[in-house]
Amino acid sequence: MALQAAGSASSQPSAQRPGTQRTITLRIARSNPAHDSTTVGFDDFDVPYEKWTTVLDAILEVKKMFDHSVGVRYSCRQATCGSCGMMINGRPRLACFTKIDELNSSVVTVEPLQNFPVIRDLAVGFDSLFENHREVRPYLDRDDTELDNTPDGELKEYAQSPEELEQYIQFANCIKCGLCNAACPTMATDSSFLGPQALAQAYRYVGDSRDRGKDSRLKMIDDSHGIWRCHFAGSCSQVCPKGVDPAMGIQMLRGYMLGFGGGNQKK
Amino acid sequence: MASVDQEGGDAAGGGSSSNNSSSGARAAADGNRAGIGGMIHPGKYGIERVAYWLMRLTGLGLLAYFIGHIYETSSILQGKMGWDDFLAITQTTEGHILLAIVIGMCVFHTVNGIRVMLGHGGVGVGRAARPDYPYVPASQNYRHKIGIYTAIVLAAIAMMYGLAVMFGV
Repeated sequence: MALQAAGSASSQPSAQRPGTQRTITLRIARSNPAHDSTTVGFDDFDVPYEKWTTVLDAILEVKKMFDHSVGVRYSCRQATCGSCGMMINGRPRLACFTKIDELNSSVVTVEPLQNFPVIRDLAVGFDSLFENHREVRPYLDRDDTELDNTPDGELKEYAQSPEELEQYIQFANCIKCGLCNAACPTMATDSSFLGPQALAQAYRYVGDSRDRGKDSRLKMIDDSHGIWRCHFAGSCSQVCPKGVDPAMGIQMLRGYMLGFGGGNQKK
Repeated sequence: MASVDQEGGDAAGGGSSSNNSSSGARAAADGNRAGIGGMIHPGKYGIERVAYWLMRLTGLGLLAYFIGHIYETSSILQGKMGWDDFLAITQTTEGHILLAIVIGMCVFHTVNGIRVMLGHGGVGVGRAARPDYPYVPASQNYRHKIGIYTAIVLAAIAMMYGLAVMFGV
């Protein structure tokens, strides 16, 4: 059910800018579970765009010119904060990292990320994502400190070779945007699954030569709703905007647990 | 840190509910969970997602066939006549087509299963390295794509061979 009629480009000031020829219809999913948990509608807006216009730019144009009540979360606008993830034409993407021009569609439909609870409109809650992230102990786990490494007690970084850095740096790029969890077919049906984000982060620390908490971390993910629930569909890696490749991390971690070595884990 | 921009409306509860329990958050997520439809959704994620979907479909199909096969072989308890009567069902055109589908499902599930098991062992998923834009995922490489297409082609060949044998072509 549409909550509001489309904002016509012909009746809106933004559509009358000189030199702006192209417009798209931006379909924005509207819902407010706090007031009505069942009704999800779409509002259509005709928005002008240039070749550099991102979906987030278009949404903010709608908020500025047509309907300021559209709920959307964003911050950095440069694919660094991971705040503006949403379903764009049925696929999880960062709105600030997706140009309208590259979608090759006259209608761009934006919906809240799947597999996350909707706060309102395009904003979803990340409580489960962060909770699962915390569960894999995302920090260097060791008994000593950097101060213990020198006889005179001066601060010294943990030694690590470039080769050892290469083994996990890819997975340290995660910005916790939740796109992988939204694309994961297992997350679609299993509410207890840790998810590709958390499992990839488990590998990030297991693969870190400075970490000493491998045993406890592996014990935590060794669960039927943990690493064994992944079926290697690979969708998580296809939507990751930072090249983290969670599917690779999960398979290598599982290979390590199965005793295959799994590529490049630390000794 | 980012904030939720919700001008002109309520905060709608949960925007800053970091104190919620994990189970509570998971329960709330169920309202927007993609479900079975989102799970199978093969169109948006390439051939790997199609293989994932076919793997589940063929697994369920083979399970159904296995149950039917047990029922079929149990007809021997009714003597030779009962056995022959039931076996005659598989000698019809519909029976041949059904068996050809079973052959295809079996071959695809086996070949793709080997690919997936190797992947689960970390075999052929690439090596971790600093990623460069445009971030092509190394785990979705040509080896696995070849494995998927091989499973599909072998299944098709096996089905055609089975049909040729059953229909006596």
